[in-house]
Amino acid sequence: MFYREAGDFNTTYAEDQQTFPIKFDRYRYYLVMFIAIVVVPFVINDYWVNSLLLPFLIYSIAALGLNILVGYCGQVSLGTGGFMAVGAYSCYKFMTGVDIWWGGELLFRLPEFNIFFSVIMGGVMTAIVGALFGLPSLRIKGFYLAVATLAAQFFLVWLFNRVAWFYNYSASGQISAPERGFLGVLITGPSTAPWAAYLFCLFFTIICAYAARNMTRGAAGRKWMAIRDMDIAAEIIGVNPLRAKLTAFAVSSFFIGISGALFFAVYLGAVEVGEAFGITKSFLVLFMVIIGGLGSIFGSFAGAAFLVLLPVALKVVGVDFLGWPTDIVAHLQLVIVGALIILFLIVEPHGIAQLWRLAKEKLRLWPFPH
Amino acid sequence: MKYKLGTLAVAAVMAASPVLADLVFPSLSYRTGPYAAGGIQFADGYADYFTLLNERDGGIGGEKIQVPECETAYNTEKGVECYESLKDSGGLVYQPLSTGITYQLIPKMTADDIPLLTSGLGRTSAKNGNVFSHIFNFPANYWDGASVAIKYLLDENGGDLKGKKVSLVYHNSAYGKEPIRTLQELSKKHGFDLTEVPVDHPGQEQKSQWLQIRREKPDYVIMYGWGVMNQVAIQEAINIRFPMENFIGIWWSGSENDVLSAGEGADGYKALTFHNVGSNFPLYDDLKKYVVDAGKASGAGDQVGSVIYNRGIYAAMLAAESAKTAQEIHGVSNITPSQMRDGMENLSMTEEKMVALGMPNFGPEFQVSCENHGGNGLVAVTQWDAKAKEWSLITDFIESDQEVIQALVDEDSQAYASENNIAPACK
Repeated sequence: MFYREAGDFNTTYAEDQQTFPIKFDRYRYYLVMFIAIVVVPFVINDYWVNSLLLPFLIYSIAALGLNILVGYCGQVSLGTGGFMAVGAYSCYKFMTGVDIWWGGELLFRLPEFNIFFSVIMGGVMTAIVGALFGLPSLRIKGFYLAVATLAAQFFLVWLFNRVAWFYNYSASGQISAPERGFLGVLITGPSTAPWAAYLFCLFFTIICAYAARNMTRGAAGRKWMAIRDMDIAAEIIGVNPLRAKLTAFAVSSFFIGISGALFFAVYLGAVEVGEAFGITKSFLVLFMVIIGGLGSIFGSFAGAAFLVLLPVALKVVGVDFLGWPTDIVAHLQLVIVGALIILFLIVEPHGIAQLWRLAKEKLRLWPFPH
Repeated sequence: MKYKLGTLAVAAVMAASPVLADLVFPSLSYRTGPYAAGGIQFADGYADYFTLLNERDGGIGGEKIQVPECETAYNTEKGVECYESLKDSGGLVYQPLSTGITYQLIPKMTADDIPLLTSGLGRTSAKNGNVFSHIFNFPANYWDGASVAIKYLLDENGGDLKGKKVSLVYHNSAYGKEPIRTLQELSKKHGFDLTEVPVDHPGQEQKSQWLQIRREKPDYVIMYGWGVMNQVAIQEAINIRFPMENFIGIWWSGSENDVLSAGEGADGYKALTFHNVGSNFPLYDDLKKYVVDAGKASGAGDQVGSVIYNRGIYAAMLAAESAKTAQEIHGVSNITPSQMRDGMENLSMTEEKMVALGMPNFGPEFQVSCENHGGNGLVAVTQWDAKAKEWSLITDFIESDQEVIQALVDEDSQAYASENNIAPACK
């Protein structure tokens, strides 16, 4: 009944190759997009946006980025937190005007970028830094590469803590986003309307997901997957490992940089590098990718939703409905999320995306499974 | 799943909203995570004082008090989530007890017209009420602490610190970096050498830092630490045989949690404070009668009288007194957050008031005004007695070097004002 091809005829190659070839699936996708773009902005308030939707969208972008690197190209990275920090600090520098000093004198100061382009520049700078830290991947693999990216994580956090230029010499070492607007609508700062912040992040999320989906099913993605599955074989059939690995690092870092910039500018408004972009952030995003499903666009969203929404839901149920003490709920939250992660990895090592796939298969046969 | 959970969340927020007729003092506490040792004590003190007011006086000005709690685990993202989820409850004033969360909340709460009280923490230049209209940090701030530490050392050395070496061991975060600029100014003024020794979160590993201190042999060490970092630092100081009486912690590094684990070795360790210590106050008899013995104490009820518990009591007392002031100004008992802000801005803490509350000499006397949201910067020094296992005040409340600090406050707050296009709030 659901997800059937029956009666759905494709007459062109383009139709045959679209992302959602099944009509039912396509309409479901349109419906989700319609609700997200047209309906949600009208019904949300501060709590929804700041507690649920913004973190979900922003972590989704980060998970998409990391999924490209880990899930599609097979390069394990533990540097996500550090790369998010690069995105956040570049965004901050570009939105407040990059100042270049030489020998104690101000050489010149770039004009302040619009917030939209600051976020893009956050992605671009992170792509450059990511490609740089991706260079070792040509020589080292697996766990050893994970250790190299771990070094990136610690180095970048140390750098942003240490060099006062990155935080414009503020006394506390914090960066805080000044009020900025796009097309006359405030995007950052305390007076931002919830719908504006939401739509701004949603726009980047949709663009990133669209780009990721199309890249991964095109030539670039096939090369990444060839490298992931067996790099020597890939090299023999003509995939250039240098280009494949570095593009994976760059594209992945670009996404992660965008998410870091949004995380700082739109979501939190002020961050401190060690606290916001520490090693725990790297693990959090990695867990999202693993739980959601390696090598799956939907999995990135599912993993982000799982790890962002579940703690909030548990808190709401425990504290507000059942009236338990906050510390007990906080401890239970750790236990339950941890147990669920283990359970998922045992029951379904391929993540939520695989569960979704299985559910779809079952739905296709329903109500007459053979 | 997203939508289902969302609906659940909204329904829950509505269900959890307290009756609007009550005065609400939300508590953004942290009873879990690496900083829980201090967080629990503060949250217990904060809740117990309000419970006492409810039980003994029937609330403030006849209005009952509610203290909804939300767990932040000292994490800024969770802090934001807590603030948003509690915002609809009509909270009068927030006290997050975290400098990181404070930085998040400063612009948000100013826009939402809700006051924020950060006693002895947060953004120091919020003292300038002209720029930070909704942020208060009375009675003392980080820079007062740094200045009084140096003043105390000046007294110890007959007014001369020339050529002395002072090391600052600090939590490498917004909190720990706060005093650096003040200490640099003071080192220029008084001619001592300052070395900065950062410790990264959470601070369980400090071997290299204390090796550096051992090598450089500073005359004094000042510490800005929090949580487990304090215990480790004090143990390491003992290990390198650094004289404890030359080791001064800020108020967040001066509780029982920090010194007890080090045993006898910690004897003589000093810490700053902006309120009194111990439980030798008439208020504690009422607390015992109405709260602890009645089984209404927050948490396990075993923290009464500890240093940070007292700080929670003090923070709750300042909030309650501000609410009383607001009720007097506006002539209504059921005040709004905006009216609460006016009350805080006109708060005047005098010795008579504190005696009447059963807390004689519990904190310094100070007067808040539109321009000065930070009080007079009076700070005292306490010392740990490892045998008696108690802290005691060894000085009166000393005024900080306002000449140096006011200049820094003006400079930093002006920078914030111009960055964010803020017009002066005071006429």
